[in-house]
Amino acid sequence: MSTVKPAYTRPLDFKHGRIDMSHGSGGRAMAQLITELFAAAFDNPYLAQGNDGALLPQAQGRLVMATDSHVVSPLFFAGGDIGCLSVHGTINDVAVMGATPLYLSASFILEEGFPLADLRRIVESMAQAARAAGVPIVTGDTKVVEQGKGDGVFITTTGVGVVPDGIHLSGDQTRPGDRILLSGTIGDHGMAILSQREGLTFSAPIVSDTAALHGLIAAMLDSGVQLRVLRDPTRGGLATTLNEIAGQSGVGMMLHETAIKVNQPVEAACEFLGLDPLYVANEGKLIAICAPEGADRLLAAMRAHPLGREAAIIGEVLADAHGFVQMTTRLGGRRVVDWLAGEQLPRIC
Amino acid sequence: MKYVDEFRDGVLAKNIAANIASEAHAGRSYRLMEFCGGHTHAISRYGIADLLPANVRMIHGPGCPVCVLPIGRIDQAIRLAREQGVILCTYADTMRVPASANLSLMRAKAQGADVRMIYSTQDALQVARDNPQREVVFLAIGFETTTPPTAVAVRQAAAEGLQNFSILCDHVLTPAAMHAILAGGVEIDGFVGPAHVSTVIGSKPYEPFADDYGKPVVIAGFEPLDVMQAILMLVRQVNDGRAEVENEFTRAVTREGNLKAQQLVAEVFELRDRFEWRGLGSVPHSALKLRPQFAAFDAEQKFMVEYVAVPDNKACECAAILRGQKRPQECKIFGTVCTPDNPVGSCMVSSEGACAAHYSYGRFRESA
Repeated sequence: MSTVKPAYTRPLDFKHGRIDMSHGSGGRAMAQLITELFAAAFDNPYLAQGNDGALLPQAQGRLVMATDSHVVSPLFFAGGDIGCLSVHGTINDVAVMGATPLYLSASFILEEGFPLADLRRIVESMAQAARAAGVPIVTGDTKVVEQGKGDGVFITTTGVGVVPDGIHLSGDQTRPGDRILLSGTIGDHGMAILSQREGLTFSAPIVSDTAALHGLIAAMLDSGVQLRVLRDPTRGGLATTLNEIAGQSGVGMMLHETAIKVNQPVEAACEFLGLDPLYVANEGKLIAICAPEGADRLLAAMRAHPLGREAAIIGEVLADAHGFVQMTTRLGGRRVVDWLAGEQLPRIC
Repeated sequence: MKYVDEFRDGVLAKNIAANIASEAHAGRSYRLMEFCGGHTHAISRYGIADLLPANVRMIHGPGCPVCVLPIGRIDQAIRLAREQGVILCTYADTMRVPASANLSLMRAKAQGADVRMIYSTQDALQVARDNPQREVVFLAIGFETTTPPTAVAVRQAAAEGLQNFSILCDHVLTPAAMHAILAGGVEIDGFVGPAHVSTVIGSKPYEPFADDYGKPVVIAGFEPLDVMQAILMLVRQVNDGRAEVENEFTRAVTREGNLKAQQLVAEVFELRDRFEWRGLGSVPHSALKLRPQFAAFDAEQKFMVEYVAVPDNKACECAAILRGQKRPQECKIFGTVCTPDNPVGSCMVSSEGACAAHYSYGRFRESA
């Protein structure tokens, strides 16, 4: 009879434990972290294959791939955390291509000393967001850097999806006369982060709008309206995203300030800090540009979805050799809505 | 939003615009200078120029704190951070102001200088408390609005015995700059007077402009309707041949101003003999320095960093623009070499600067 004792590993201490260099070593400690935390939380057959990469079934349609790194500070904020944000952000990047998001990868850069309790909270939030979205995290990676060389945790996610035939959304497709639609209020995510960072409190807390938009997008595609482009206005906000599209398509735009909704606490915080909500990041909103004849139908389809209830037509595309995005102000004047210059809010997502 | 929307109402704006249009005499022009960058910003952001008749022209004044700082002052701050190893604390706007040798505070930071962006003087004090082994210097800039908080910080540092804290004092005075503009012979029919500055100094210091120079002054808040109402009031003064100091911003400004703040400033600061402004040159009694009893908190003395005047870029028209003699679009490098992302002149840096405001909000007007 063998006297070799069965292997025993003391379970990870998720209450008081911290990440140390061995969790990135490739050895037993790393394997334990993967098994007890990542594999347990993300649990799905592709991840369970346990190989260096996930072997995925053949997909129908053109593939879309998008990647996004997340360095937000603070890691936990009203309405979300870096975990769900990293899932939503990449799903949205895939979905705005008109694709059905299918799979995600997740790559973690952890700082030595990071509490396991916080890491578990983040990973569970990711797992929950991925499950709710129906998009499994099928492969991943973990690296650990010495204390002082990172800031807790950075997460990079990559997403893959397929675009059905007949759908071609791109920033260079818009043409004069097209209508510009926005799915809701702007500035919520950026101001949630900033107000938390600066310890600003308002009568109503500012909650991040982080959300996966593929459901809303599916409903919009189902409406049958000819969409030119979809985009989620994250860093740089609505203004910067519209300037990108105007540049790609070689057109101008005219927005109407009164049609663009801003939640009151967000407006107050922006006022207080001297920021323009047009440039503040969103994580659960999208811009849609469509042919003019379909605009009302598209608007109705958006408003019928919970994430598009406050959707509005905010402007139209113009012929303009200079590519200016302009706005009629609430005062009745006109102004350019330019690219963001410099850095408004660092580490917002 | 309450107390904000009321001052941005489109219907009221149209009413005031109609009054301005009907009362401005077609036969003459009205050249009105808004002194403050806050007004410049409001005018550009809300497209107020579109609501004014062609013969009412707004001239952007020099009231943007970072715009009037000469290159040499930023150089001084960079030298402190790079050569003396101090932690340099600054308001965000100053970070991107171009300095000598293709530097700015932001670029110096990227090269390793310890430059920190802060929101208030209290943050700078906290940095000093948290880093007792390091010297912390606050780059104190701005007009009369930002001076009282600096005075508070200096007093606090003195009370706490905070020996590693000092300030590089670049606080400047509004009335002195207005004198310099008028003495320079710029054609101006009236001033939209400062909003926040006036809450501190009151409306009284503007009386010489009305009495001695015969220029109407209307103090106005920074909201768009404030600005429009002030323009209407100025048009009426010009039409009546009056030159008075009127106060549109009565909800915040009195004739005497904030006496407590004035007292605080007087206790900590005294007048400099002269100070060099970008655009206005060396202006007598136009800036502040610490009083001798606070000399320990004066970074210029503590670190022996002398001010060295540096000429502006030859192609840059900031000087003429700050004096109201040229418009941003009349500068050769406007929008080409000089943009908000790569500013050559200081007027292109802050969103309150005349060039940045025109570039960011108004440049479609030239495309027509």
